[in-house]
Amino acid sequence: MADDELPGHPAVPSVTKAPLESAAALRDPAAVSSLPPVTGGAAGALDASAGRIRREQLRQLVRSKAFLIGAALLLLWIVCALFGTSFAPFNPTSGSLTNFNAPPSGAHWFGTDSLGRDVFSRVITGATSILIIAPLATLLGTVAGTSIGLVQGYFRGAIDNMIGRIVDAVLALPVVIVTFLFVVALQPSKLTLILIIGFVFGVLIARTVRTAVLQERELDYIAAARLRDESGAHVMFVEILPNVLGPIFVEFTVRLGYAIFTIATLSFLGFGVQPPTPDWGADIANSYQYLAAGYWWETLFPALAIASLVIGVNLVADSIEAVVIQ
Amino acid sequence: MEQVAGYLLKRLGLALLTLVLLSLIIFFAGQVLPGDPGRAILGPFAAESAVKAVDRSLGVNRPLLTQYWSWASGIVHGDLGTSYQFRAPVSTFLFPALGRSLKLAAVAFVIVVPLSIVGGVVAALNRGRAVDRTISVTGLSLSTVPEFVSGIVLIVVFAIGLKVLPVTATPPAGSSFPVQLRYLILPAIPLVLVLFGYISRMARAGTIEALDSDYVRTATLKGLPRSVVIRRHVLRNSLLPTITVVATQTGYLIGGLLVVETLFNYPGMGRLIFTAANNKDFPMLEAGVLVIGVVYLTATLIADILYTVLNPRIRLQRAE
Repeated sequence: MADDELPGHPAVPSVTKAPLESAAALRDPAAVSSLPPVTGGAAGALDASAGRIRREQLRQLVRSKAFLIGAALLLLWIVCALFGTSFAPFNPTSGSLTNFNAPPSGAHWFGTDSLGRDVFSRVITGATSILIIAPLATLLGTVAGTSIGLVQGYFRGAIDNMIGRIVDAVLALPVVIVTFLFVVALQPSKLTLILIIGFVFGVLIARTVRTAVLQERELDYIAAARLRDESGAHVMFVEILPNVLGPIFVEFTVRLGYAIFTIATLSFLGFGVQPPTPDWGADIANSYQYLAAGYWWETLFPALAIASLVIGVNLVADSIEAVVIQ
Repeated sequence: MEQVAGYLLKRLGLALLTLVLLSLIIFFAGQVLPGDPGRAILGPFAAESAVKAVDRSLGVNRPLLTQYWSWASGIVHGDLGTSYQFRAPVSTFLFPALGRSLKLAAVAFVIVVPLSIVGGVVAALNRGRAVDRTISVTGLSLSTVPEFVSGIVLIVVFAIGLKVLPVTATPPAGSSFPVQLRYLILPAIPLVLVLFGYISRMARAGTIEALDSDYVRTATLKGLPRSVVIRRHVLRNSLLPTITVVATQTGYLIGGLLVVETLFNYPGMGRLIFTAANNKDFPMLEAGVLVIGVVYLTATLIADILYTVLNPRIRLQRAE
């Protein structure tokens, strides 16, 4: 990564530290306490001040306009994903044989598609699949990436090198291409999408976690734990993990946005969520050929839905990153 | 100098090792995971004996290691395999498509590099103000919108609403260069939007680091006008890290082509891979993905070499 290679250090302390140097900020134990400690151990001692800082960070988040807009968009789509079917004006999967490709009107706000299905109802209910797959895939990726990164950073040496080479090889391909290749090979289903995206994101997240762990393991409390003759697993998961939760949490929120990006793209390419399940990407795949014929509503509204969801998630992620990495 | 050469050699060796690992991953995904290629070609209703015969003729009944070896050594000798769908060498389709993709990518690059560097530098110079916030948040938001989504909005606005640009990317045969360019602008913009966020972010970070440095403070304190300080001291130092990002983004640009070429119906690498995937043409798919990996690895290697050669501090540090 380029940011590992930035030369020199500014002698004048900079006011805004770019998020690139997130790892450095983590040495400050307060930065970590935005998250509930997983276990007692190292994080336990900080509990008294942690509560105050957490509240302060929350207050900062709520004051941020970007966060509020993002959270509102995200909330809107979560509500639609959960209850969309109950307030959609039409059945999203059954069409009309006579009223197809109809432009937006009072009855059909977003028009109807080539099968005569109500586009508005499909947009409302189209968030469900993606909002199930994306968080699960990201969660899997975060857990896998954290474990791999901890092992790499803690043991270093041959294991680190070997995993590092595999990580490099996977990252030599754009995420969309890697996931596409594997989904084509394995046939798309909810489970394969979760596993494949989780695996690829795990590789990406491992890199960040490794960097954070490398800095952490030089600190005195690790030396102390070693002197106490703690096992490797204990040091990794009980001593180091609570102190690197900050960047891991940031990774999760940022990757969630990219998971939505990737799933929507795979669906558009025909290898994501499969029809007739209402899904924005898949709906666009079925209707974009009609764009030239002027039936823009079948494609534009699902596209705007995807855009609003990813931008919402991203605004939330960016605000959290800014608060955690202070 | 010798040490620099040593470093570069090591870097080249690592790139080759990565390439071998990548080819293993692609082979695994394309030839091990999908199961029986004969069945994939002939469909679920074909007779078992026919499937076996196709498998034999493709050589997929051999041990995996032998298969990998013949695939990889073929590639080294310029034989990228035989397409299932066209029953012809993959390379006859792949290289013309790659050329067309590079043309589209070049248009995107020519737009995005100056635009995002200016954006990043302007944001850094206005650090913390509304301009900075706007550029950063807009850039970041746009970079997470999938290319086909922004592409659709652009098509609806510029091709269908205003009717100023064509809906597809392929001009009529025999068009002149400016006409071809006109057809490539709309498909290039979604790629520009995704890359703008990354590159401008790096340019901003690099500029801020330079602004905070001792040498810039010295230059300011000795009374140089701000414009001179920025041109001579800030920009020269801040744009170096940006080079690396621009190069690493090349690979991602090619990834974005998969979607953009499908949406705009442009016969490049992306659509080739898309068609291959839909026809279960695994040799074509594997070769296409491998070529993308090679483009990416070459770009990062060049970026690394440039960075090392241009930056004396790194040159010395790495030589140690």
